[in-house]
Amino acid sequence: MPAVIMILIFSIFPLIASLILSLSRVRLRAGGYDVRFVGLRNFEKQLFGSEQFHFLGTFTSISLLGWVFIIAMGALLIRWFSVYLRGPVVVIGLIGRIITASMILALSVLLAATLLSGNQFGTLGVTLFYVLVGSAIQFLIGLGLAIICAQPIWGRTFFRVVFFLPMMITPIGIGYAFRMMADTTKGPFSPVWQFFGLRDFAWAADAWTARSFIVIGDSWQWIPFIFVVLLAALENVPRDMIEAGHVDGANGWQIFKEITWPSIAPVAATVMLIRAIEAFKLVDLPNIMTAGGPGISTESMTLQAFFAWRAPDLAQSAAVSYLLLFIAVVLCVSFFNLVILKRRAAIA
Amino acid sequence: MTTDDLTQIPSRPTGIARLFEAPQMGKMSPAGCVIVYSLLFIWTGFVLFPLYWIAITSVKLPIDVNSGPAYLPWIDFTPNLHAWRDLVVLEWAETLKPYRNSVIIAFFSTIACMFIGSMAAYALARIEYKPKFGTILMFVLLMAAASVSVGVWGVDWRLASASAAAIFVLLARALGRRFKRSVGNSDILFWMISQRILPPVVTVVPVYMMFQSVRLLDTQFAIILTYTVVNLPIVVWLMYDFFSGIPKDLEESAQLDGASQFTIFYEIVLPLARTGLAATTLLVMIFAWNEYIVALFLSTTKAQTMPILVAAMNAGEKGVLWWKMSVVIIIMIIPVVLMALVLQRFISRGVLLGAVKG
Repeated sequence: MPAVIMILIFSIFPLIASLILSLSRVRLRAGGYDVRFVGLRNFEKQLFGSEQFHFLGTFTSISLLGWVFIIAMGALLIRWFSVYLRGPVVVIGLIGRIITASMILALSVLLAATLLSGNQFGTLGVTLFYVLVGSAIQFLIGLGLAIICAQPIWGRTFFRVVFFLPMMITPIGIGYAFRMMADTTKGPFSPVWQFFGLRDFAWAADAWTARSFIVIGDSWQWIPFIFVVLLAALENVPRDMIEAGHVDGANGWQIFKEITWPSIAPVAATVMLIRAIEAFKLVDLPNIMTAGGPGISTESMTLQAFFAWRAPDLAQSAAVSYLLLFIAVVLCVSFFNLVILKRRAAIA
Repeated sequence: MTTDDLTQIPSRPTGIARLFEAPQMGKMSPAGCVIVYSLLFIWTGFVLFPLYWIAITSVKLPIDVNSGPAYLPWIDFTPNLHAWRDLVVLEWAETLKPYRNSVIIAFFSTIACMFIGSMAAYALARIEYKPKFGTILMFVLLMAAASVSVGVWGVDWRLASASAAAIFVLLARALGRRFKRSVGNSDILFWMISQRILPPVVTVVPVYMMFQSVRLLDTQFAIILTYTVVNLPIVVWLMYDFFSGIPKDLEESAQLDGASQFTIFYEIVLPLARTGLAATTLLVMIFAWNEYIVALFLSTTKAQTMPILVAAMNAGEKGVLWWKMSVVIIIMIIPVVLMALVLQRFISRGVLLGAVKG
């Protein structure tokens, strides 16, 4: 119990302090700082004011594609609710689902209004891109590698150790290493670029190539983590069940779908939660590889908070971080309650 | 499953520990074999190539780095140890200082983290906590009041925290019984992992101010304390899983024999959770070793760590000193790999099943 209290003290203090910061204007002066309470003005600036283009993106009218997307998402959510309302309804569960649904709806409206309508999106969109696309890619590759390495193959200790190596390198080092890799004139792949006639092609000048390079670097670093945890889960799958499946004449895919997947799903969900939490905080790679550029197109919310801190605008930095915390907590808690607990319940 | 079955199953490590497990026999079709091995080798290449590039960059002359890609030592370029000589011989004092800081900080923060975290995890796995919702709310509000009074009105921080603690104890005694709603262990666990959601950039500003007010900036102690707190949630989460997996019978029988809670924890539970301990230690140590932002904020000269040295190779009008940076990255990897090799021996020994049947 003392340990719990200690964590409580040390983690709550920064939380409260940055909440205070985000609600005030901080001015540095010699030997200290002045803090003045300004209410929600920092958040207002991010969401509706002069920082809106930076945080949310630029808006014009929503295109047809955007409307189709919004309506489709809305329909999905309504369907989800109608299914839920048919079963037993608990008040807290209902409130939680309403919060989840409104967050998803808000994010899809944002996506429709920026990306699908041909506008640039801000740091929020970039962060979600890293979290969703990055985690999905890393999960698929990590799972594939873990399945392969769970087979009885020769030299698998070697492969396991090698696959674990990227975890051991500092993210700063990885950022610089991938900046070397991606250099089109001096990097190791420059003959490849030249072969395709891309000598003067600067990946860092195009928003989507820059983002994909950052996702590649991030994947290089994080796939080992997912791989190791999933491998451990795969080897906990009871072998006799798989053999029984073989005896019954099930093929590989059926065995995976009916036996392996249900038993590794809780671990997979947990590892995805941890990975998503870390992805929300991605900052080293975009800072080193592109410094958030071109423009703001690779800037994650954490990086925005970091730049704001360096400005130095502590209050805006804290406000951005609080917005990030709010979005991340809503999404992660939804994921925890709706996916992880359900998987655990299915096992037990 | 009967006891006979149990004795025949070889004891296997759990968790991340399974990384180092021995292969088992089986068969595969030749075509499948080719596909599997080509995939494995493609991925090995993808993983190793950046490392190889760092390694050869560290023995290149600046001109070899800047004149375009050179792949093979002795063929495309002549290896030269100038960067190694600069860092390891000529500027050894400047390299040694962050290196020593990093070692000290990673070592002590890992130990503190494992010590506190595993006890907390064990408590959460074995004891049902029912803290009252209202008590927690009260605690948070008092903390907030204390922080506001320190930050906004400039009250002395010792006075503020002491009076807040006193008020909390008094109120908790007086009102504690009246609160009805309580939270369970799973809520505490989730709350802990949620602590990691807050980006370090945010937490580090208040932490910076906190250490500034107690004049501990740029000390190893400040960074050790911060890393310990930051990594605690991971330890608690991972160790909770490992402790929950240990059967309760052993502890109950020890309790019957008259062993105290702490004896049970140190003599019985910890040795059984050795696998998990080793894996978690490795993970936490890697996190502490590689952390950048907290170290950047909390240190200026005396307490600099290695990741800052890596970033420092980018300074100056000459651009990035790739060759030196590669050397630093390599000497940073070496201790981690050694650590992994040392811990692997503990990891690969599963003792749980043997203990149950003995």
